[in-house]
Amino acid sequence: MNIRIENLTKSYGDQKAVDSISFEVKTGEVLGFLGPNGAGKSTTMKMITHYLNIDAGNITIDGRSVRNTDMKKHIGYLPEHNPLYEDMPVIDYLRFVAELQGVDAVKLDDRVKDMVRLCGLNDEKHKKINELSKGYRQRVGLAQAMIHDPEILILDEPTTGLDPNQIVEIRELIRTLGNSKTVILSTHILPEVEATCDRILIINKGKIVADGTAETLRKTASGSQVLRVKIQAPSQDEVKESVSQLAGVALVEKVEGSENRLEIQSHVDQNVNEAIFRLCVDKNWVLTEMVPFETKLEDIFRDLTMN
Amino acid sequence: MKTSNATWIIAKRELSAFFNSLVAYILLISFLGFTGFFTWLSGNGDVFFRKQADLKVFFMIANWTLFFFIPAVTMRLLAEEKRSGTIELLLTKNVSDRQMVLGKYLSAFLMVLIALAFTIPYYLSVSQLGNFDHGATLSGYLGLILLSSAYIGIGLFASSLTNNQIVAFLLALLLGICFQFIFGVLANGSTGWISELFNTLSLTSHFDSISRGVIDSKDVVYFLSITFLGIFLSEYIISKRK
Ligand SMILES: Nc1ncnc2c1ncn2[C@@H]1O[C@H](COP(=O)(O)OP(=O)(O)OP(=O)(O)O)[C@@H](O)[C@H]1O
Ligand SMILES: [Mg+2]
Repeated sequence: MNIRIENLTKSYGDQKAVDSISFEVKTGEVLGFLGPNGAGKSTTMKMITHYLNIDAGNITIDGRSVRNTDMKKHIGYLPEHNPLYEDMPVIDYLRFVAELQGVDAVKLDDRVKDMVRLCGLNDEKHKKINELSKGYRQRVGLAQAMIHDPEILILDEPTTGLDPNQIVEIRELIRTLGNSKTVILSTHILPEVEATCDRILIINKGKIVADGTAETLRKTASGSQVLRVKIQAPSQDEVKESVSQLAGVALVEKVEGSENRLEIQSHVDQNVNEAIFRLCVDKNWVLTEMVPFETKLEDIFRDLTMN
Repeated sequence: MKTSNATWIIAKRELSAFFNSLVAYILLISFLGFTGFFTWLSGNGDVFFRKQADLKVFFMIANWTLFFFIPAVTMRLLAEEKRSGTIELLLTKNVSDRQMVLGKYLSAFLMVLIALAFTIPYYLSVSQLGNFDHGATLSGYLGLILLSSAYIGIGLFASSLTNNQIVAFLLALLLGICFQFIFGVLANGSTGWISELFNTLSLTSHFDSISRGVIDSKDVVYFLSITFLGIFLSEYIISKRK
């Protein structure tokens, strides 16, 4: 199912938590929702799941507004603080949610079992929820979100508190689900976004500041290419001097704490690899290393959200 | 079909949570203890002292016990859900605000019915003691059920206003006191249509006539109105979270 968000706005008092944002997510897409604390990620998710009313704008799922109560059955939602009925045993809780979501009585037991297995809850399934560790609670939260096999998953920081093994499994699971479903997840773990999401949306102070794949974000963020090279030559100063004079090179800097390494930034849309190679051949220098340097997602994120 | 279903699932969970905690048992035991003591043992006023085979005393005491008992049942219904954040969980499931509020109401109502069911032995044994008016007794039970329903409406509303159970409890008592006394006092202290209005609002007279065996549709409408108003206002308050 496709989610379409148009000019969505939400205010708390006179603070605009979400300020006229628009985007679309399609079936088979995993959207990573990024933004600093208080950017409005959770607020947006609460409106999609219709826990919060929409002040202005519209959210539609396959053309129908989420204001219709019956749209909620298509959505599986993990809220950010993962509230749970503390005094219920895990298995009873999952049964309760399954019933509430209208899972067929015949399939109910199987569904609960599947979720227990999928989320690694088998050893804990008879414990009360308030006896669980944080990570297990989070797994219960994930299990309840997916129990009715919804077409849309809204996951607010799904991997917080999970151990590294479980994180890998859950990311894998989200990737797999993402092939056939529509997934929106928020996170503060940037490598996670690259590992699981097809597309990234960054919001800051309620406004969208970036929307695209990790690759397109990198391109638009830096534009120019950065190369790291290691050249063995009698005089490093001469190397630096000559490289600076090559056409297309914008900036050359020595890499601190590493001998013979230079960082070379080219002008926008200029490729200087070949020129450097030829220079070395001409001068009889040994080029032992040449790696394109990727702008880190962290840097892009900081650039977009720190002003 | 779907509507009643979600309501029922929520009520069922609420009831079982209730019986999994000590609260339910403490409340049941104190309800039965109080009503039993005054019906059978208290000395002046009990069945033996008055030498009358009826449950008048029981109905009067039950009214007062329920007055405290029901706010203790209803205080957690919405307040706790809001405090712990689980309300977000419920309302993002395939459940409407109304279904949730109705489910909560239903759970408290069933709880009261269970408590009242435990008093059936009083009825059975007193009716053996002599000339017994079954009609009046049934009408008395109907009165208790209607009264409870109204108290639950009030308690539910109080619980929707806060996320603190104690506040919800005290607020429900306060509203209860208005209906039990204050409106009556105001009715006596005023004249004309104002007196009439407060008299209509006062709960005591409506309950008295039913528990005496007189079922008047006006009284029934009175209790049901409070119930519906309570449910409706709770739903309204919950929908205002947004
Ligand atoms: N119930 C509320 N009442 C008042 N203000 C609120 C409420 N909920 C959120 N806000 C404000 O709205 C803004 C957006 O909050 P939101 O929870 O959507 O941020 P977020 O992007 O999810 O942040 P985080 O990364 O910390 O989870 C914040 O400034 C927050 O203080
Ligand atoms: Mg958040």
